[in-house]
Amino acid sequence: MTHDKNQERIVTSDNLLTVSNFSVMYDVDPPVEAVRDVSITLKRGEILGLAGESGCGKTTLAYGIQRLLKPPAVITQGSAIFHDKGGEDIDLNSLDDQQMRAFRWDKASMVFQGAMNALNPVVNIGKQLGDVFTTHRPEMNKAQRTEESGRLLEIVGVGRDRLRAFPHELSGGMRQRVMIAMALALKPQLMIMDEPTTALDVLVQREILQQISDLRKEFGFSVIFITHDLPLLLEISDRIAVMRQGKVVEINTAEQIYHHAEHEYTRKLLASFPSLTGERGDFVRGKSSPTETGA
Amino acid sequence: MTTLEFKDVTKRYRIRGTGDFLALDKVNFTLTSGKTIALVGQSGSGKSTIAKILTQLERATSGEVLLDGVAIPRRGRALRKYRQQVRMVFQDPFASLNPYHTIRHHIERPLLLDKVVPKDQVEDEVFRLLERVRLEPNDVIDRRPHELSGGQRQRVAIARALASRPSLLIADEPVSMLDVSIRLGVLNLLADLQRENNLGVLYITHDLATARHFSDEIMVLNHGVVVERGNADDVILNPQNAYTRQLRDASPNPDKHFAAPGTTSPRS
Repeated sequence: MTHDKNQERIVTSDNLLTVSNFSVMYDVDPPVEAVRDVSITLKRGEILGLAGESGCGKTTLAYGIQRLLKPPAVITQGSAIFHDKGGEDIDLNSLDDQQMRAFRWDKASMVFQGAMNALNPVVNIGKQLGDVFTTHRPEMNKAQRTEESGRLLEIVGVGRDRLRAFPHELSGGMRQRVMIAMALALKPQLMIMDEPTTALDVLVQREILQQISDLRKEFGFSVIFITHDLPLLLEISDRIAVMRQGKVVEINTAEQIYHHAEHEYTRKLLASFPSLTGERGDFVRGKSSPTETGA
Repeated sequence: MTTLEFKDVTKRYRIRGTGDFLALDKVNFTLTSGKTIALVGQSGSGKSTIAKILTQLERATSGEVLLDGVAIPRRGRALRKYRQQVRMVFQDPFASLNPYHTIRHHIERPLLLDKVVPKDQVEDEVFRLLERVRLEPNDVIDRRPHELSGGQRQRVAIARALASRPSLLIADEPVSMLDVSIRLGVLNLLADLQRENNLGVLYITHDLATARHFSDEIMVLNHGVVVERGNADDVILNPQNAYTRQLRDASPNPDKHFAAPGTTSPRS
């Protein structure tokens, strides 16, 4: 297995993001409190896993932090403060549209759910990557953009020769890598990944996770990794926040969550995943006593 | 006792321009009633092609598929009779139920079409089937699919598959679209039904952990070739084939991740 246990600690002690008392409501009838009074701090270089089932508010929280929510969603209270590398604290609620647009992608980027299907089918990959620079780095010329886009594709293992490929010419895993390349383009300090590997099969998933982990070592960004796949989070995250009905019911290191989950719901969620190589739990009802072999 | 046999089944898809694509290469296996076989493999390995051939949505290019020694009929009443025996539960319960129709309609259809019970007993049979999948018939029977949760919908799909009293059930990723906390419930239901009806189940999945716990045997498919087959625990705990090992090692496995060498998992 590829995960290294002696992984040097790249998590630093200074905070990158402080989310305090954050609440989001969908103003429909009856109103839905999608995120309720969530407070989270994220360290520089940390991978924070956000676990929970569909409808628990994990995506809404991530969108809310980036202020990507559209009506009827309303941020009813709380703040998200981004502690910039330069030492400046940016209150994301106080930015105007122009400032927010500049902030997004430059300092915090996002790999959206089902992102691999979000590529424009009639524009080649190179052009789509180049658009990031056209918008955020207008001083770059075309040659520089192409050079930089090519370099990004090399970083994520797709290869420079695919610059002119169209999305349909790439496999799902490669398209997902292109999305990650795009999210990396401006060397953001925070990457929010919403179910980035859910649609991929395990081998491709493992490769991409390894890549994210390597890239984090290289560039030192923080990741908020959203998924319902708790076993996966346990392996890759430094800390995990478990959400349910808009609330963070438990937040702790992956190891603590695994060994000493405190909240009943966390334990229930853990028990929803049969162990691959461990013993059979009592979740399999009525099976005759299993014949354990080896291991 | 029903036996379904795959004998040297090969499937080639014609693709214009690039030549043929070999989806299945001489696949052999036997599915018998009372047993669950899990079919695992990456996307594109041919898992669904096997399901399609079993339900005769596709025909094998060569080789034989035999139900109790008789080749699958190609058309007509005989084919329908075959499909009564071999039923399928699809991956997506949001797409596999018709949004216009009530749950009653969904389950009545196979009962009426296959004349499973006399007409005046159809209503009772619908109730009975819903109860068997642990749904409260009075709550759901007159609802439409959108009024039910994903798990409830998948239960309806299972009830529908059982309506014609099949002896074999093909479940193509039956829980991957469902919320994690209800997946085990649906899998346990399938396991219970399998025992109660002595069904043969082909459980198609990419999730090795559930494959191990919910089946008797695991069959690993890679590029249309069965690379390993055996007792479920053996295949996962002690894989013989390099590809199987690769697949297992890529699957998330926090027990191994956190276990100090030599200790056992704290989770049981």
